[in-house]
Amino acid sequence: MIPAEGAIVRHSITVGASQETAFATFTSGHDRWWPREFHIGGAQIEEAVLEQREGGRWYERDVDGSECEWGKVLVWEPPSRLVLAWQITGEWAYDGDLLTEVEVRFVPEGPDRTRVELEHRLLDAYGDATDQMREVFDSGWPGILTGFAAAAETDPA
Amino acid sequence: MNAYHQAGLEALGDPTRREIFERLSKRPLAVGELARELPISRPAVSQHLKVLKDAGLVFDRPVGTRRVYQVDPQAVEALREYFEVFWGQALNSFRRSAEAPDDHEPEENR
Repeated sequence: MIPAEGAIVRHSITVGASQETAFATFTSGHDRWWPREFHIGGAQIEEAVLEQREGGRWYERDVDGSECEWGKVLVWEPPSRLVLAWQITGEWAYDGDLLTEVEVRFVPEGPDRTRVELEHRLLDAYGDATDQMREVFDSGWPGILTGFAAAAETDPA
Repeated sequence: MNAYHQAGLEALGDPTRREIFERLSKRPLAVGELARELPISRPAVSQHLKVLKDAGLVFDRPVGTRRVYQVDPQAVEALREYFEVFWGQALNSFRRSAEAPDDHEPEENR
């Protein structure tokens, strides 16, 4: 069996915001920070949406009105923990049969300081492309988290 | 040049950030308002504002549920003083070299 560690990407960032604000910005404020260039639909993103409940959808609505699924909310534990299903293939298309998980933990370090830890796991679901996708996510998440941190501090939900 | 000037000048070295800074110097604005006025996305505005904020050029305050940004007058004053000193030195140096052109010989063999 391949060790699970090989199929995991971890990153964290510390934001100047309370745990509640960080969680709210990540979820209800999703559209305020999700990078506009990260979309899978053919058109530009009008809105990036993360529905605030277990079983909720995670998707993009494009300027042409179409919607593209990204995954769903697996665990909803405000304001400390969130697990999302990322169900986008290596060809950047939604596949309901593909399951990778993104767990996000919000760890308070002070009244206005929160460490946000992100773990993208089950990447061996990509089969032969596992190593390649791990590199993609390993290089992609830090920039996304930087954008999130900027929003949590300048444009909080 | 102290670290404060350095951060401020670097933050204003980007044309989009200068545009945001200029707009904020006219009136306080929220992130969403800036994103509507500018040809960049709200996440991008947020990232630029964070740089300006970290450089001490702008600050924010809550207005209802929003957070509104404005230029920090003290930071602007500090930058103005920096440029006054800088231009004063540059003009003095120019005047000296204009008045004594012989001082302007190449120095590479010293």
